[in-house]
Amino acid sequence: MQAFTTLTGIAAPLPKANVDTDQIIPARFLKSISRLGFGKNLFANFRYKEDGSENPDFVLNQEPYRKAEILIAFENFGCGSSREHAPWALLDFGIRCVIAPDFADIFHNNCFKNGVLPVRLPKDVCAQLMEDAKLGANARVTVDLEREVVVRPNGEEIPFKIDPLRRHLLLNGLDDIGQTLQHAPAIDSFESKQKAAQPWLYA
Amino acid sequence: MSAQKPRTLFDKIWDAHVVDTLPDGTALLYIDLHLTHEVTTPQAFDGLRAAGRKIRRPEATLGVIDHNIATDESRYTGIVDPESALQVATLEKNAAEFGMPLIPLLDERQGIVHVIGPELGRSLPGMTIVCGDSHTSTHGAMGALAFGIGTSEVEHVLATQTLLQKPAKNMRISVDGNLAFGCSGKDIVLAIIGRIGTAGGTGHVIEYAGDAIRALDMAGRMTVCNMSIEGGARAGMVAPDQTTYDYIAKTPNGPKGDALKRAMEWWKTLPSDAGAHFDTELRLNAHEIAPQVTWGTNPEAVLPITGVVPNPADVADEAKRAQMERMVQYMGLTPGQRLQDLKVDVVFIGSCTNSRIEDIRAAAAIARGRKVADGVRAMVVPGSGLVKKQAEQEGLDRILREAGFEWREAGCSMCLGMNPDKLTPGQRSASTSNRNFEGRQGPGGRTHLLSPAMAAAAAVAGHLADVRDYQPKETV
Repeated sequence: MQAFTTLTGIAAPLPKANVDTDQIIPARFLKSISRLGFGKNLFANFRYKEDGSENPDFVLNQEPYRKAEILIAFENFGCGSSREHAPWALLDFGIRCVIAPDFADIFHNNCFKNGVLPVRLPKDVCAQLMEDAKLGANARVTVDLEREVVVRPNGEEIPFKIDPLRRHLLLNGLDDIGQTLQHAPAIDSFESKQKAAQPWLYA
Repeated sequence: MSAQKPRTLFDKIWDAHVVDTLPDGTALLYIDLHLTHEVTTPQAFDGLRAAGRKIRRPEATLGVIDHNIATDESRYTGIVDPESALQVATLEKNAAEFGMPLIPLLDERQGIVHVIGPELGRSLPGMTIVCGDSHTSTHGAMGALAFGIGTSEVEHVLATQTLLQKPAKNMRISVDGNLAFGCSGKDIVLAIIGRIGTAGGTGHVIEYAGDAIRALDMAGRMTVCNMSIEGGARAGMVAPDQTTYDYIAKTPNGPKGDALKRAMEWWKTLPSDAGAHFDTELRLNAHEIAPQVTWGTNPEAVLPITGVVPNPADVADEAKRAQMERMVQYMGLTPGQRLQDLKVDVVFIGSCTNSRIEDIRAAAAIARGRKVADGVRAMVVPGSGLVKKQAEQEGLDRILREAGFEWREAGCSMCLGMNPDKLTPGQRSASTSNRNFEGRQGPGGRTHLLSPAMAAAAAVAGHLADVRDYQPKETV
């Protein structure tokens, strides 16, 4: 996993609540057996017309947002299906940070496993950042995970909080399976106790 | 040691599965059963391979193929779509390489992962159950802690049989009294989501309680728990009781004899203690719930079937008004229009929400002696090969076919638009599935969620209909 430390880039405004993972990457594009290549179908139902041509009204088809690295949205971002293809699609497109008032639980978890940073900020702050984002290429937003601040184009710093363990893993790009395997003796001992108490689980 | 403080069903299962606690309070949680399917696993197996890791407990893992297969006879002659074929072949190859038990596609036990787990007796009370699928919440109906995970977590469970988790908050939703005539578990859960909203359960595990939940059969409880995720909760649960035990006794793989006696001793300790703390509580009166149908593009946009399309102009909040305008426009509706006047093109009875034998019986009871309306395509997709067999033994397939319904092979089918069963743009469906998101059943498709009986009523009426007006006919 690629570490996430500080990111300065173009932020795309997506002023919608309840952006579900079927919108982020529709199910018909989930047939790949790779983690790569989902970016071209990110938000496919909005980005492309029925004939397959680009919909110029959708923000990610507009300059400078084609190069967006940050996405600003409203409440309950990432609700619905558990598909990790959603953060994979964001990442493959180039988006490494989503800022919203809140996130659905599974999507939120999935982001951290892929070096995508979900930042929770109050709705009015998101609305303010949305206005910043609308200024386009001149409005670069910085997300600093080390210091836990978002820096607006005018230099104002907005603090945010990330769970310390997740922050540590993300800052260092660590694989959490490796970390868990350090607890292998505890897992072994749990299993032998459980096997004695609940043998039907081991039948 | 002081007396232990009262605990919830969730607390008890959680406590019994904590392997270790990290300094920041994150738990390493043991997973008893890991269900897998073709869509969310290929990248996890790649990860294992790259790191030279194995599946820690293959016998606690079970694979099944359900999402992207056709539900017509073409499955017997080979999968037509090359990408789907590759994804299925990849699961078969990974199962063989890593020693994971896999139910073959053409086995009679094949079916939707959330139907087969309970049906085979693999999903049991007190267990922790995960699957790379958000509707894993279904298995909570067994009195288990069951939730959906992403593919990286699938890899984590395969390698370690554990997950890193922070405890959830406890929410209890009590549905008191008797369910009204014409209503089912589907109407209960749609009414709940209408109340709490699509994010109302975020960060929580919901325990469903009350007389109306106790009165539901296991299929009804599974329907309710299934849609917990549509209210934002990762898991929903119902405390095990005699209904649960009777169900388990009939399953092929559930514990038997002494093992069952021992298991029951533990299961009986699971229900929430009196005085246990719930962070959030909600009560509903069952008799106030009428048959429900969604009108918009998320499950919270739901109304009784007697309702009319709401008017965005009545909404003060600008963002909410804009969202409602978009829903009305996408769904091709007019504010004030009666929901019962909406003509349907397709009726889909199936999905992990409503494809069990009880659901098919409910649909067949309405279909019996009636005909699917002209111009309507109606399909019934059993949740598993075993459900299909049972339905055929009961003659339900004959009733449904005679009425003009298609009777198909088990799979996820038209729930999610990733296999050949899809809506075409602009088509309106009455669907027993769980998500009415834009494009969920196919690009441009318009989905109305409802119960199996309501879906059957819509099929024979040709428009959304009140099931209370379509009562079962005694004779054919």
